[in-house]
Amino acid sequence: MRTVLFGLTLTTLALALVATATGNPAAPAAIPGCAKGSLNLLNEGQLTLATDNPAFNPWWAGGSKTKDWELNDPSTGQGYESAVAYGIAKRLGFTKAQVTWKAVPFTRSFAPGKKPFDWYMAQVSAYPERRKAVTFSTSYYNVNQAVAGLKSNPISKVRSLAGLKKYRLGASVGTTSYNYIVKYIKPDQAPRVYDSVADVVTALKNKQIDGLVTDFPSMGYITNVQVPGSTVVGRLPNQGGVQEYFGLVFQKGNPLVRCINKAITQMRNDGTLKRLEVRWLGQKGAPILK
Amino acid sequence: MKIFLVSEVFILVFALAIAVLRSLPGPVFFPLRALAVVYVDLFRGVPTILVIYILGFGVPALQLPGVPIDPLFWGVVSLVLVYSAYVAEVYRAGIESVHPSQSAAARSLGLTHGQTLRFVVIPQAVRRVIPPLLNDFIGLQKDTALVGLLGVVEAFRQSQIEVAASFNYTPYIATAILFIALTIPLARFTDWLIARDKRRLQAGRLA
Repeated sequence: MRTVLFGLTLTTLALALVATATGNPAAPAAIPGCAKGSLNLLNEGQLTLATDNPAFNPWWAGGSKTKDWELNDPSTGQGYESAVAYGIAKRLGFTKAQVTWKAVPFTRSFAPGKKPFDWYMAQVSAYPERRKAVTFSTSYYNVNQAVAGLKSNPISKVRSLAGLKKYRLGASVGTTSYNYIVKYIKPDQAPRVYDSVADVVTALKNKQIDGLVTDFPSMGYITNVQVPGSTVVGRLPNQGGVQEYFGLVFQKGNPLVRCINKAITQMRNDGTLKRLEVRWLGQKGAPILK
Repeated sequence: MKIFLVSEVFILVFALAIAVLRSLPGPVFFPLRALAVVYVDLFRGVPTILVIYILGFGVPALQLPGVPIDPLFWGVVSLVLVYSAYVAEVYRAGIESVHPSQSAAARSLGLTHGQTLRFVVIPQAVRRVIPPLLNDFIGLQKDTALVGLLGVVEAFRQSQIEVAASFNYTPYIATAILFIALTIPLARFTDWLIARDKRRLQAGRLA
C-alpha cells in the first residue's frame, strides 16, 4: 500500500506541475437559452454532482484525501472528469462554490427512483441498452479499451486482436471491457470476471489471468504503479463503426441534459476537451491491435 | 452447480472425519481432539468471503512453486474448509445424541471403538441429522456465488453482467428463481427421506 501511495503522490506531483505549466483556459462564452435560473436542478442555484468513491486517477487527481473521499476529493478541479465538470459549470455560470459533490457507487447511479444528483460521472459508457434506464449526455471522452499483461508472459508480444484469443483474459464485472472480450476477442478460455478493477489487477499480479482489459486511460496507473513488470499490450480498435464514449448520467428524461450538451459541444469545439485530455490523460501511445 | 457438487462430496467426508476425531475418548487423543476443536473454531469464526479472498488471491500471490493458482480450485477449497466446520458440528450433535448405553452395549459385545462407531453410532447419528445437514447444503449452494469473486462466472455473476449491460434488474430475479428451483426439490427430497425413516422406525417397533 505504501508504494502505491508513494507512486500516487509522484503521479500527482507530476500532474500538478503540468497543470501549472499549461495555464488557464480562455474565458468562455455564455450559452443562449441556458440561463442559470432556468435550469432544472435538484437544488436551485447549485449543481449537485456525484461520482464513485474512491475517485480514481487520472479521472480525479490532487490526492486530496478527505473525510468523505478515500483517494481524491472531486472538488479540487484536478483530474480529467473533475476538470470537465468545472468546465461545464463555468460555462453555465456557476462558481466553484456552487458545485457540490456526493459519493455515489456506480450501481446506485442507475438504480430506479429519483436520483440524488444532477449528473453522475464515473467513466460510464453510454450504451444504447442503458438509455432505457437513464439519460446520457453527449460524449465528454471517446474511449478505447486496452489490454495489459506481464512482460514475462508471451501475451506481451501479441500484435493482433486474433492473437489474444488463446490467452486467459480478465475484466471487471459490468464493464465494456468484459463485453468487448466476449463479443470481439472471443477467447478460447472463458474470461474471468471480477468485482472491481482492483481485483482484476490482483489477478494479473498473481498470474491468474494473462491479460487485463480495461479502458486505455486507466492503463497508465495500472502498468506504471500497480503491477511491476507489466506493460500495455495494445489498444483495442472500436468495433462495428461505433465509437464508445463516456457520458454524464442523468435522471431519465431530465431536460437539463440539453444545456449540458451545449456546454460540452462548446468545450469540444474550442479545444478545451482536447487540452484537458492532454493535460490529465496524456500518455505515450500504445499500438492499436488490428 | 459443479462447484456445489464437488464441494459437497468432500465436505461430507471431511466433516465426518473431524466429528469422529472430536469424539475420540481418552487423554491419549487429546491433541487430535484439540486440533478438531481449533479447526472448527477457526473456520466457523472467519467469514466465508474472507476465506475465499485469502485463499483465492492471497495464496496465489505468494507464487509458491507447485501450488495451484486456479481460482476454481481455491474457491472449492475455501467452501470445503468453511462448510466442513459447520457440518462437523452437525455430525457431532448426531453422534452425541446416540445414547451412551448403545456404545457400552456394543463394546461389551466385543466390538472395538472403531467398529462401534462404524456399525452402531454413525448410522443412527447421520439419520438424525439429515434435516440440519440439508440446511447447510442449501447454504453451501447459495454460497457458491461467492466463488464468483475470484473471477469464475457462475449464475449470480452472469446476472450481474446482464444487469450492468442493460441497467435492468430482471436478471437478478431470474437468478433468484433458479436458486429456488434447485433448493425446493432438495428440501422435498429430504422431507421424504425423513418420513420414510420414521415409517421404518415405527414398523420396527410394531414387530
